[in-house]
Amino acid sequence: MAKFLKNRELLLVGAITVLLALITLRFPPFVAPANLARVYNDTSILIILALGQMAVILTRCIDLSMAANLALSGMVAAMLNAAFPGLPIPLIILAAITLGTALGMINGALVWKLDIPPIVVTLGTLTIYRGLIFLLSGGKWINAHQMSDAFKALPRDELVGFPVLSWLSLVMIGLIFLLMSRTALGRAFYAVGGNPHAAVYTGIDVGRTRFSAYCLSGALAGLSGYLWVSRYAVAYVDIAAGFELDIIAACVIGGISIAGGIGSVAGAVLGALFLGVIKNALPVINISPFAQMAISGMVIIIAVAVNARAERRKGRVILRKAEAV
Amino acid sequence: MAETHLTPRNIPDRLEGRGARLLKSWESLLFVVACLIFLGNSLASPYFLDPWNLSDATFNFTEKAMIAFAMALVIIAGEIDLSVASVIALASTAMGYAVQLGFDTPALVAIGLSVGLLCGAINGLLITGLGLPSIVVTIGTMSLFRGLSFIILGDQAFTGYPDSFSWFGQGYVWWVFSFEFTLFVVLAVVYGVVLHKTNFGRAVYAIGNNQTAALFSGIRVGRIKFILFLLTGLMAGLASICLTSRLGSTRPSIALGWELEVVTMVVLGGVNILGGSGTIPGVVLAALIMGMVTFGFGLLNVPGIVMSIFIGLLLISVIALPILWRRARHRLAH
Repeated sequence: MAKFLKNRELLLVGAITVLLALITLRFPPFVAPANLARVYNDTSILIILALGQMAVILTRCIDLSMAANLALSGMVAAMLNAAFPGLPIPLIILAAITLGTALGMINGALVWKLDIPPIVVTLGTLTIYRGLIFLLSGGKWINAHQMSDAFKALPRDELVGFPVLSWLSLVMIGLIFLLMSRTALGRAFYAVGGNPHAAVYTGIDVGRTRFSAYCLSGALAGLSGYLWVSRYAVAYVDIAAGFELDIIAACVIGGISIAGGIGSVAGAVLGALFLGVIKNALPVINISPFAQMAISGMVIIIAVAVNARAERRKGRVILRKAEAV
Repeated sequence: MAETHLTPRNIPDRLEGRGARLLKSWESLLFVVACLIFLGNSLASPYFLDPWNLSDATFNFTEKAMIAFAMALVIIAGEIDLSVASVIALASTAMGYAVQLGFDTPALVAIGLSVGLLCGAINGLLITGLGLPSIVVTIGTMSLFRGLSFIILGDQAFTGYPDSFSWFGQGYVWWVFSFEFTLFVVLAVVYGVVLHKTNFGRAVYAIGNNQTAALFSGIRVGRIKFILFLLTGLMAGLASICLTSRLGSTRPSIALGWELEVVTMVVLGGVNILGGSGTIPGVVLAALIMGMVTFGFGLLNVPGIVMSIFIGLLLISVIALPILWRRARHRLAH
């Protein structure tokens, strides 16, 4: 199994390399190290979000509300900064993460305590969170001039040659990797998704584990909310609209099975990078940025088809005909 | 969930009578709610009870309800189709493109319906042919279909639809009854008969309750699911014709977010999101309720995004309330 997983990540590395090679044919400067670092930086937020989504998908759930959560937390962070310019930035980040976690807890509690299907819960909270931004802001924008310099500077500041944003995503990758591979909770995510019944018998509380996964995705969405708003220096109702699909796409491309229990941190990161490379490459090779949506749709379908073929091989098929339906 | 299997189930010796079951059903609750909202609206706004006004109100839900009927069947069969709004966008873009090439109304209708069918066929093939989970496939095609309209249109819009084309979205069959509303009624009857009175309908329930058992009782599971996705695509094509004709223009962002409202409508109508149960009368009532609520809010000048909060809350609470109610009753009984 481990060998197989390694293969699938290698496959993705190969796909990204081929993609880069194709881009180089049309536009050689794209693969310059400085530019690749910029592409990574541009993908950082997607990577952080994909890590949270991965935890949720591993437990056989889905979180469609991440982008709305990001927008709401980001708006609150921006409003805090606009109202109290003296407030220290770490405090604002903490507020964004706390709010994001609280919003994730709402999702998690509905899934855990009321057994409502995750897709319905998050489809509902997606619109509710977006609507709350409108109620909170009155539909107004928070623009760059209303934000303090420190607020806007943090993700941009350079640390040993790379922006803080890049470093932050690297730290998150490391933390989530440790969480997934070295803690009971991380293993519980896999156990719950792999076989919920077996997980119950090994003493894992399935509902509570799912709740934790939603808290994690909420916290990461909250953090990304601050990062998004400060990086683009604007906050309004529709920021990151539709981004939930990109997050799920990154996970699906990264080989995280929507049926739960299968997936790795490396997969999620590579899936996000794959999308990031495409997104950054389209303008330089003269393809309309409008094509990006169709391409990510196509990539999701291809990725899920490839994943399904790979997953079908695992385990003993008892009812071949029934499973083939 | 594992715990639910452990609770003992009491099977009564005798089923309740038809009347008692009808009174206790989700549909009767919806009916009462619909009446209350109707009453509330007529008290809140003096303009509500005008027949032409009510006729205008129907445009709020007829297009979504057309898709909701087919979506109800898909969800009862245990699948979901999140690409419907994008199918509307693609079909509308195709029709707009055809207008630029000089095609007339009958051709436009044919193009709208065939694009819908084609999109449904693509979903169906991926889901039944390759055995992929419908939720991911339709998230993918949702992005793909709308993406194609973005490629074709960019930030432009197609306009200049022929005058005769506007009848589908703006025409009236008789007095205040619009073409869309008439179509809604006809489709409600057709889908009601298909789901509740035919072998096909029984097969849809059977698949939703236990796909393997359905297969072993000789139901062609793959074929029926394929037909259901075709139907959803066709309905999205039909809705696209009505919507495009009503708006008179096509932008790639047309019908953005409708998949949510359609699913909400179906779930509010009492269809189990996990498949296996639900009725068409329930969906019809849910459509009326959602239409009246949004229209009533509109008369009271409530902004659209606040309505969407309401729809989100509605979606979650209609599922949560019965669960909480059952639990409270369970606690009282023991």
